[in-house]
Amino acid sequence: MRRFLVLTLCLVFVGALAVAMLELAPPAIDLRIPVHGQLAQTGVSHPVTAVLLNYRGYDTLLEIAVLLLALLAVLTVTDDAGVTAPHAEHPVLQTLARVAAPLMIVVAVYLLWAGAFRPGGAFQAGAVLAAAAVLLHLVGLLPGWRSPRLPLRIGIVAGFVVFLTVATALLARGALLTYPPATAGILTLLIECALTLSLALILAGLFLILSRDEQAP
Amino acid sequence: MTGGMLFALTGIALFALGVAGVVLIDHLLRRILAFNLMGSGAFLVLVGLAQRNDVADPVPQAMVLTGIVVSVAATALALAMTRKYHALTGRLELPEDGDV
Repeated sequence: MRRFLVLTLCLVFVGALAVAMLELAPPAIDLRIPVHGQLAQTGVSHPVTAVLLNYRGYDTLLEIAVLLLALLAVLTVTDDAGVTAPHAEHPVLQTLARVAAPLMIVVAVYLLWAGAFRPGGAFQAGAVLAAAAVLLHLVGLLPGWRSPRLPLRIGIVAGFVVFLTVATALLARGALLTYPPATAGILTLLIECALTLSLALILAGLFLILSRDEQAP
Repeated sequence: MTGGMLFALTGIALFALGVAGVVLIDHLLRRILAFNLMGSGAFLVLVGLAQRNDVADPVPQAMVLTGIVVSVAATALALAMTRKYHALTGRLELPEDGDV
């Protein structure tokens, strides 16, 4: 009965929303024109990167803060006990992972660099780096993480700290995150590099901290 | 019917599937997956509606990119709490209202 009710309500919801969406008027405000109009002042030529790190820098600043918070929360709910040693040891998989990991690092650097003028950027690069770490962990080459020591902690907060420092330094110009057009490109690149490092470590940490076995067998 | 509108309609269907899953499924891991499905549906609606006239708008795309990363973090947190719950109680379902 409950199942039937929920499914019916969901179907009604889909129908109503689909009808509403098909009748939707064209948007009253077209954001594409201002985005492309001001692109020359942002220091990058790809509109998505410009939105992420320039027009709506607040979003990205808060996003890296949310990620940091999530990692801290994960660290507080997992204890330090458990096995970190890798157990799967398959020579073919390990060889393939050894070949793939350096290539993934190259791809990540390319994505980071390409973000200025084509699809790419810090998030994609960080995700590829984190995926490389997860791959190495799954084939048994990289142990799971216990609670991070000082160097890792610095790497994890670097993105947020660099972003916040740049934002605060620019307060002198009157508002948070208003880059001067002359240095916007280099500042964006600096922030993106730090973000890539932190994102990779945080995303990899979310997996590698959680992947520990609960009890030693 | 443009490609973008098709994406948006698929997004609605995914969202509703996710809602049904969150309400109907008791197993916590599957409930987290259903919740992720809801999120993916919402992202698809945002991106699809923004390009229903066949020209992409970079602002919703950037917001969805931000949302995806945040949803990954939220999923990881949910999984960590589920693991802790399982380690403490040995169960993977939340107690019903009537249970003591």
